[in-house]
Amino acid sequence: MQEILQYLFSGITSGAIYAVIAVGFSMLYNSTELINFAHGEFVMLGALSMVTLSGPLGLPLIPAFLVSVIGVACLGMLFERLAIRTVRHPNPIVLIIITVGASIFLKGVGMLVWGKNAHTIPPFTDHPPLDIAGAKLLFQSIWIVVIVLLMAAGLHLFYKKSLTGKAMEACAISQKAAWLVGIPSKFMTLLAFGLSTGMGAVAGVIIAPITMSSYDMGTMLGLKGFCAAMLGGLGSLWGSLIGGLLLGVLEALGVGLVSSGLKDAIAFLLLLFILYVRPGGIISSANVERF
Amino acid sequence: MLSSKPRPLSRILAVTAVICLFLAGSAFNAAAEKVYKIGGIFAVTGPASFLGDPEKKSMEMAVEQINQNGGIDGHKLEAVIYDTEGDPSKAVMSVSKLINKDKVLAIIGPSRTPTTLAVIPMIQRAKLPLISCAAGNKIVEPMKPWVFKTAQSDILAVASIYQHMNKQGYKALGIITVGNAFGESGKEQLLAQAPEYGLQVVRSETFGGKDSDMTAQLTKIRKEAPDAIVCWGTNPGPAVVAKNLEQLDIEIPLYQSHGVASPKFIELAGNAAEDILLPTGKILVADLLPESDPQKEVLTEYINAYENHYNGSVSGFGGYAYDAMHLLAKALDGTGGDRDQIRQNIENIKGHVGVSGVFNFSKSDHNGLNPDAFVMVRIQNGTWELVK
Repeated sequence: MQEILQYLFSGITSGAIYAVIAVGFSMLYNSTELINFAHGEFVMLGALSMVTLSGPLGLPLIPAFLVSVIGVACLGMLFERLAIRTVRHPNPIVLIIITVGASIFLKGVGMLVWGKNAHTIPPFTDHPPLDIAGAKLLFQSIWIVVIVLLMAAGLHLFYKKSLTGKAMEACAISQKAAWLVGIPSKFMTLLAFGLSTGMGAVAGVIIAPITMSSYDMGTMLGLKGFCAAMLGGLGSLWGSLIGGLLLGVLEALGVGLVSSGLKDAIAFLLLLFILYVRPGGIISSANVERF
Repeated sequence: MLSSKPRPLSRILAVTAVICLFLAGSAFNAAAEKVYKIGGIFAVTGPASFLGDPEKKSMEMAVEQINQNGGIDGHKLEAVIYDTEGDPSKAVMSVSKLINKDKVLAIIGPSRTPTTLAVIPMIQRAKLPLISCAAGNKIVEPMKPWVFKTAQSDILAVASIYQHMNKQGYKALGIITVGNAFGESGKEQLLAQAPEYGLQVVRSETFGGKDSDMTAQLTKIRKEAPDAIVCWGTNPGPAVVAKNLEQLDIEIPLYQSHGVASPKFIELAGNAAEDILLPTGKILVADLLPESDPQKEVLTEYINAYENHYNGSVSGFGGYAYDAMHLLAKALDGTGGDRDQIRQNIENIKGHVGVSGVFNFSKSDHNGLNPDAFVMVRIQNGTWELVK
């Protein structure tokens, strides 16, 4: 029992991270029908800028957090402005290949700026792990889950209540129609990139204290986040969250109950199975295509 | 009229003169070729550059030292170094260039086990001595006539850990290894040597090199209540293991491999690094060694030379290439550049005190080190402490 609980805690922690990354993928796909394969690299940039800002530059936690996230979001918008919008024939394959290229480029930049070594920072709050029925829960895990839930609620409100959110949704439904009624669709795409990469940076910042950040951490995280988004239903906010948590918990249980060598295999086999049964992901019906 | 008339004699003279010039030129070349060319292939850039970069620098430094002392039998040495980027196919290409174009006498490197294994068939065909700087035991086991290595094998690292465990009276251990060549090789040795030391591996787990959380694996190991845990990997994974172990409040002693024997590990693991035990080459603790240690003098000399030469702190890995170059210099002595003679001379080297240990080569042992090449250290107050 104690073991199962420990596996669950470990799964929820990594699952929450996959969830934030998945939400980033999903929301960009939702507004632009584009899969940004450089998304994992924005997670890396978030984590490493947090390391630099809170370490050598000595910024307190909250300013460092905000500066990292806003900085990465600006970089994401710059990426959209320079590499995505300038494409003359923007068909999806071309754009996706551009994001793959951007991923390699950003990884290289990360290596030049932060070097090849891993970096670490102390947890947000210095508190010993909680003991729940013999299982240990890291305080940072609570931070992660709380931040993820707050972000999800914020996004939900943004899409349902604010005019900008509704305009973004309109663009997603039909860009041309949205443009006809006077919504600046190009600006909405830019905003979607900013929000999505900013979310990636949040994921990076919150995991920096529990893991080691290095220039090549983004690829695997991006892949896991993408799987989580597929699992939950690409384009759905709650679907991505559920997909992320499920993937994390499945991985941890796979390690605990089956074998650590088969960790990724188990998670991905289940992913294939779920997609076989429900090709659109867990949350998918004709209408739940968007947030 | 005159100019159109053939003049055989003058033509012959001219041709002879040209031939003479050529001959003189090649004779001059032959004189210049008295230098002994030694090839070097290291992962100078790429993910394994922490190995290749100090190795390249150490080899260049060793060549410079040997040349300053007059070279070998009057021949100067020349190092021809290529970068493999840690990539096996680039390593094979570099070796073929060294053999066919540069016509080197012997090769030092590569830095990694996979690159070394990739170039071995070519080396064996070309019949030219290779001294690898990689740790993998498969390089010299089974024995290949032309292949040597200077880095300590995993076998020796495992042996030092197990000897220490025997002294503590441990019986059962859990192991957690990284899922790459380094971890697999360590796991193989940990499992194979355990019975020899009366130890039992009660649980064997693995983790991915980029995993951010190993609590699930450690929870599983804890269930078996072993006397000690051995973690085998290179940064950053083992630091996460150390941190998770502390977070889970597991009080079982943790051993790490020589793969994390660098100050970077202490930096990454922070407080969780305290009391961790690991085997390491002596270079890391050179200043702590007793004066009676046979390697103390060589180590101090190497460290001072390296730090003066490159204005940076010494790495634990450059010594492999430094040892290889000095062993080769010893073997080259009196051979006139005969490759088979060089090979036999390396096999006959006994008691060579190097940076990585005291080398005793033989026809069946092409690594030449014993477990004394390692010392056990304990991390205490953020620094290393020798374990007696």
